[in-house]
Amino acid sequence: ISQTSEKEYVGFATLPNQVHRKSVKKGFDFTLMVAGESGLGKSTLVNSLFLTDLHKDRKLLNAEERIRQTVEITKHTVDIEEKGVKLKLTIVDTPGFGDAVNNTECWRPITQYIDQQFEQYFRDESGLNRKNIQDNRVHCCLYFIPPFGHGLRPVDIEFMKALQDKVNVVPLIAKADCLTPLEIKKLKERLREEIDKYGIKIYQFPDCDSDEDEEFKQQDKDLKESTPFAVIGSNTVVEARGQRVRGRLYPWGIVEVENPSHCDFVKLRTMLIRTHMHDLKDITSDCHYENYRAQCIQNMTRCVEMMSVFHSPLAPLSPPCVYPAPLQLRRMQQMLQKMQQQMHEQEL
Amino acid sequence: MAHWYCVLGGSLKEIEPHFHELARHSSDRKHQSAATSAKNEEKRNLSLGGHVGFDSLPEQLVSKSVTQGFCFNILCVGETGIGKSTLMNTLFNTMFENEEASHYQNGVYLRPRTYDLQESSVRLKLTIVDTVGFGDQINKEDSYKPIVDYIDTQFENYLQEELKIKRSLFNYHDTRIHICLYFIAPTGHSLKSLDLVTMKKLDSKVNIIPIIAKADTISKSELHKFKIKIMSELVSNGVQIYQFPTDDETVSEINASMNAHLPFAVVGSLEEVKVGNKAVRARQYPWGVVQVENESHCDFVKLREMLIRVNMEDLREQTHARHYELYRRCKLEEMGFKDTDPDSEPFSLQETYEAKRKEFLGDLQRKEEEMRQMFVNKVKETEAELKEKERELHEKFEQLKRMHQEEKRKVEEKRRDLEEEMNAFNRKKVAAETLSLSQPVKKDKDKKK
Repeated sequence: ISQTSEKEYVGFATLPNQVHRKSVKKGFDFTLMVAGESGLGKSTLVNSLFLTDLHKDRKLLNAEERIRQTVEITKHTVDIEEKGVKLKLTIVDTPGFGDAVNNTECWRPITQYIDQQFEQYFRDESGLNRKNIQDNRVHCCLYFIPPFGHGLRPVDIEFMKALQDKVNVVPLIAKADCLTPLEIKKLKERLREEIDKYGIKIYQFPDCDSDEDEEFKQQDKDLKESTPFAVIGSNTVVEARGQRVRGRLYPWGIVEVENPSHCDFVKLRTMLIRTHMHDLKDITSDCHYENYRAQCIQNMTRCVEMMSVFHSPLAPLSPPCVYPAPLQLRRMQQMLQKMQQQMHEQEL
Repeated sequence: MAHWYCVLGGSLKEIEPHFHELARHSSDRKHQSAATSAKNEEKRNLSLGGHVGFDSLPEQLVSKSVTQGFCFNILCVGETGIGKSTLMNTLFNTMFENEEASHYQNGVYLRPRTYDLQESSVRLKLTIVDTVGFGDQINKEDSYKPIVDYIDTQFENYLQEELKIKRSLFNYHDTRIHICLYFIAPTGHSLKSLDLVTMKKLDSKVNIIPIIAKADTISKSELHKFKIKIMSELVSNGVQIYQFPTDDETVSEINASMNAHLPFAVVGSLEEVKVGNKAVRARQYPWGVVQVENESHCDFVKLREMLIRVNMEDLREQTHARHYELYRRCKLEEMGFKDTDPDSEPFSLQETYEAKRKEFLGDLQRKEEEMRQMFVNKVKETEAELKEKERELHEKFEQLKRMHQEEKRKVEEKRRDLEEEMNAFNRKKVAAETLSLSQPVKKDKDKKK
């Protein structure tokens, strides 16, 4: 252990500040997907989270039109700024999910969209000019579970299982103002049980370091134990306890969105924006994207191996979809040559 | 009932048959048509000289039905967990036993439960039918079918009882559904596609009252918009829901105003919370207490008024007079019955029935013949096959026998050849021996010389 305090001051302790400065200059981007049946308050929650009105002129379909509805993917991108930090926020909405009478494989358009974004990034990453890569990969998917039932429904299980390896899935209990505190507790326990039972891999908060202080550790523990979050959203500002807050006005009381004893909205916001936004991005690129990339390349190598037996040894390889990294290419050619040699030896 | 008699006029003898017919809901349609023709003939208003006493007829009817007991059947249609059981418990102020349903049923099935309730000498046989698994499947295209089948089955059972020769309708436990409470999820936007499809299938078979469940999640302004949207969707898709009757003056006003509040936004709860100095049924939230029986909180009181206190009897009547009659007519028409034959002569049920029966028996006989023919043909075919097989086997046997004989002959030949060779060899041997015997004598002779 070097005693830097005794030596002369080198100065790399300023690295964090440099990182901070550069990142502020570069700006951040984040793609959030919201999924769930119509009428669960997804748009309202997004508005409440980012304190903007993203869905000004929405056209909602009638029940009749929804009988045979297919799932669409819509994107809204906004640039928001806070204390000099710029964020390019993209919200991906999935209208029509679970609304039709027959919802078999209604998540397919969603998984296709996510894969498309991965493919796009893969292509960009393997290209020659990588200066301005746009990261459109989905960093987090908020899945809204209706509070009217007794737990997960088959469509919830199927959806989360289809997406668990492609994106960070964060399940939420929507419209939590229809549940009393006891009911919320029961439902959360039930949901946690069922998620375990069906082996659904949802986004796990990283464990905090052991050298953090006790308060932080307690906070972290609280956060983890209150998943899935029970949220309430609101587009309106009401007067409560002498202040103007976002809330819902009822004849029997006022629900405050940002009151921790009313719902977990604050916890969600903290987790999603204030503490774990970057972790979500990291897991997306280190885990889900890498999985996708590895699988993609494996598929290609298999195709190429099968094709190479019939091709002449040094014919230029033309893979069907994306260009592999140069290293892979050389390896493939080496393998080919080895195989050709083996064949020749056998013939002799 | 009282004003009916004055309009009809006539003597008591004429009136009585009509009255009894109404009381027992008899299914003698001809009598009814005769009665209406009598009504149109002549209306004579008689004024009574004194108090006769038939104004006690309603009381007689009432006391008879009280001794008989009443019967009411409710069907609750809604997603799992939407609050059907809780609402039933709250409405009837009783803890009906029920287990929580799971979300993982393969299909929809109906669970009827019958209870005997009593309130101040009035007995009610209440049947609550629950739809288990509704709305849980990923593919919900067939979700409405078990419900429609159940309703039809109850109608069918009643029809069977009506058509019996020895029937006991006064004793019959009527299981026909009198009211369907359709629970709409409080999304705040509009009906779900499944709701629309299901209600369209049910509206001609049962009285539907749509209600918004778990309404404590919708604020007042949202609720107003939501109700308007739902009603407009129902109207634009031609779904006929139950309208509270406005023809009876005593209740027409309240019914008309209630019709404007549809669909009712309800909240159910059996837990009691202290408000002021009373314990009321309510749900306690961190931000307030939702009181079930507070009309500014939800429409529970309105639902209870309409469903139980005012219109229960009308619901039963509508079920019998409208929905059941429609079912019966369709069913009988399907079977080929008509009210009038091609010559516009009124058909009697008996004759049609006999004709149908003969036709059916004839069909049966024909089918039997066909089957017998088929059987005979099959037997012939199999016989022919077997014969063919026998012949083949025989041929094979012959062939094998011939081969065997061929072989035997060849072997015989070879044996003979062999014997000849042996004989020839023996002869040669003998010859050689005799030769050798004579030879040594010659040799000796030569030697001696």
